[in-house]
Amino acid sequence: MQMPSPDAKIMAKKAQVVQRLTEVLGARGVIHDPAETRAYECDALTAYRCPPLCVVLPATTEEVSAALRVCHEENVPVVPRGSGTSLAGGALPTADSVILGVSRMNRVLEIDTDDRIIRVQTGRTNLSVTGAVEELGFFYAPDPSSQLACAIAGNIAMNSGGAHCLKYGVTTNNLLGVTMVQMDGTVIEIGGAHMDAGGLDLLGVICGSEGQLGVVTEATLRILPKPEGALPVMMGYDSAEAAGACVADIIKAGVLPVAIEYMDRPCIRACEAFAKAGYPDCEALLIVEVEGSADEISYQLDTILKIARDHDPVEIRAAQDSDEAARIWLGRKSAFGAMGQINDYMCLDGTIPVSALPEVLKRIGELSDQYGLGVANVFHAGDGNMHPLILFDANKEGDLEKCEEMGADILRLCVEVGGCLTGEHGVGVEKRDLMSVQFAREDLEAQMKVKDVFDPKWLLNPAKVFPLDVSEGRRA
Amino acid sequence: MIRPASEAELAEAVRAAHGPISVRGGGTRGPLPAGEALTTSGLTGITLHDPAALTLVARAGTPVEEIEAALAEANQRLAFEPMDHRGLLGTTGTPTIGGVVAANVSGPRRMQVGAARDHLLGLRFVDGEGTIVKNGGRVMKNVTGYDLARLVAGSRGALGVITEVALKVLPGTETCANLVARGLDDAAAVRAMSAALGTPFEVSGAAHDPHAEGGPRTVLRIEGFAPSVAYRCKALAERLAPHGDWEIETDREAVLAEWRGIRDVAPFHGEQGDVWRVSVRPSQAADLVARAGAKRAFYDWGGGLIWLLTAEGDDLRAKLGRYDGHATLLRATPETHAKLHTLQPEPLALQALTRGLRETFDPRGILAA
Repeated sequence: MQMPSPDAKIMAKKAQVVQRLTEVLGARGVIHDPAETRAYECDALTAYRCPPLCVVLPATTEEVSAALRVCHEENVPVVPRGSGTSLAGGALPTADSVILGVSRMNRVLEIDTDDRIIRVQTGRTNLSVTGAVEELGFFYAPDPSSQLACAIAGNIAMNSGGAHCLKYGVTTNNLLGVTMVQMDGTVIEIGGAHMDAGGLDLLGVICGSEGQLGVVTEATLRILPKPEGALPVMMGYDSAEAAGACVADIIKAGVLPVAIEYMDRPCIRACEAFAKAGYPDCEALLIVEVEGSADEISYQLDTILKIARDHDPVEIRAAQDSDEAARIWLGRKSAFGAMGQINDYMCLDGTIPVSALPEVLKRIGELSDQYGLGVANVFHAGDGNMHPLILFDANKEGDLEKCEEMGADILRLCVEVGGCLTGEHGVGVEKRDLMSVQFAREDLEAQMKVKDVFDPKWLLNPAKVFPLDVSEGRRA
Repeated sequence: MIRPASEAELAEAVRAAHGPISVRGGGTRGPLPAGEALTTSGLTGITLHDPAALTLVARAGTPVEEIEAALAEANQRLAFEPMDHRGLLGTTGTPTIGGVVAANVSGPRRMQVGAARDHLLGLRFVDGEGTIVKNGGRVMKNVTGYDLARLVAGSRGALGVITEVALKVLPGTETCANLVARGLDDAAAVRAMSAALGTPFEVSGAAHDPHAEGGPRTVLRIEGFAPSVAYRCKALAERLAPHGDWEIETDREAVLAEWRGIRDVAPFHGEQGDVWRVSVRPSQAADLVARAGAKRAFYDWGGGLIWLLTAEGDDLRAKLGRYDGHATLLRATPETHAKLHTLQPEPLALQALTRGLRETFDPRGILAA
């Protein structure tokens, strides 16, 4: 993976840039000592690192505006950063860039349960948004697995999803309004506590634009009443085909579970060894969760269990209470930790049409043999969002490169069967150079034209999303 | 009238155009902009329906009723229940799926499941230079690149001509029922609807008609499996007791008919005057209606959407002043449309972005919208 070489002119004027930023933010808001900027050299895609020129941590929308205006005048690229949990390198700096972190902006500005909204500063973490309304009987629906740490700013930038989006949608479906600062410092308000746009749906294109169109400092989010209860059922199958057919039949029967999770044998074994959740040793494990009152849950579970039995399961276990539910979820929720214990791994994020599942799993198995690298599959089966974990040895020379090549092959496969490169992690730098697999030049050109309008100088997070040769000539 | 039979022909027609072109789907949404007419009615057909993946792909000119019929066979539906404008606007023609997406047309269930744009998985369109662009895809979760699909949805043809859409569909509902309260004033009705929508009972419709026959009528819809509907109706009626007396209506045909009427703003059909569609935060709705001094008002989306019937030429936006939301003029004479503007004027910074986007996707300014 290439990053553009740093601009020598910018590197040479670091002192001047730091001084101007300090003038508008105060010393507390600017980090420029190389010993301290190192903390911002990467996000959760730790394979790539580069300390930035400096870091700014504004405390208000006005300060964000002032800092961006300075960078705009000085022609310095800016890389916005939420909590730095991106798995795609969305917050990876270049040496000539300023990291703009929103972590100091984490206040709740308004809660209104009549209008079912919360307005927050975007440095607030995803889980703490739910935390702010939980006692009132509400929650914020999008639930990425990093929700304890990840910031709403990053959720908006990446249009984050989660395990429950089959029923509740992803960030874009739960975002009503934003305060955003453009690269030249202009502050704009889009949307609000009402629904839908009066003109162009600017909110729609800002959400998921990976910090390339502006810095979102405040957000109005839709909150939902908490369901009365939820219970999962777990079922094991001896083939991917049987599990896939079971998922298809559940959906076709008109039941809409809030989550359908899938794990394959390598993943089941690793989770079992790690968490002792009592999973059967089988080819495919499904966890299906439904919501409602006790009676509604049992009615839906009866329907699901009846379908599940038609597909010749190895084992079925329905949770009767919250303890049993927690045990069923235990293994799944520790999947990534469990894999990390036994191996280095790379987590992919392609989405496929649910109906292509058995074929894709078979071909991933073939790729695994071909490259000689193990793969464990864990994913959201209801929406087709795959998370194959490719196992490799970071200390073995050439293994990371081999793993990346195999990852690219899997993502090409996802596109080939009608899916996409990334379902919820974003493109960042990780999938940047594969964009041409999914999109024709005209498709990418249309997307870049939107950035031309919002950020004519291409200073915001410029080396991401679009292959460098495609964005060449636009970037400074 | 230009009537391309394929996406390639449509792109060629746009490239060849010299003056403004006036794009239309079924032509059901009232007066069309001036220019040479271009219809998508030659681009029809469902190209993919994958019930197990809850996905449908169709060409833009496909009639909505054809899509709804195909979905019904698999016990599925367009959950955002797009409005049919013909009754309100006195138009003829057939609503198309491209038109629905281009105008982000949604119905009462919007407040629970989202708008047309929330069910859009991807689309193909031809921009003002005649370039064919695809965005999104046909899968439920997709964050690959910018979300142009949502930007183009609701742009009313200003950024391009939609040629194909991929939509998320949802299971049909086995049973439905209404909870009805009579005689509530507007503020009390909105409070009751907010209380209902704050419960876990998944209310999928919440509307209030202050001028219904026999007095104000507030109606809440519950849908799902029969035992669940029965349980939730009872629980909700108990929870809402402080807000009035609630009657449960379970006649399926009557419930369906009432919500079709709400979806299509039936109370205004055949009434003289301009029609406005106002998106607001529910807690401000009753005050805004009082300020509007309209001939009639009608609330949907639990108060988040207000329909207003005003005297012809009345400048509603001037009366409403500043509030969190926007007003669209949906039915008026061409003169009133020209004088008052169809869409809510935006603040200057947003106008600049809108103008910039229109210029970049349509540099010749030929897409009249």
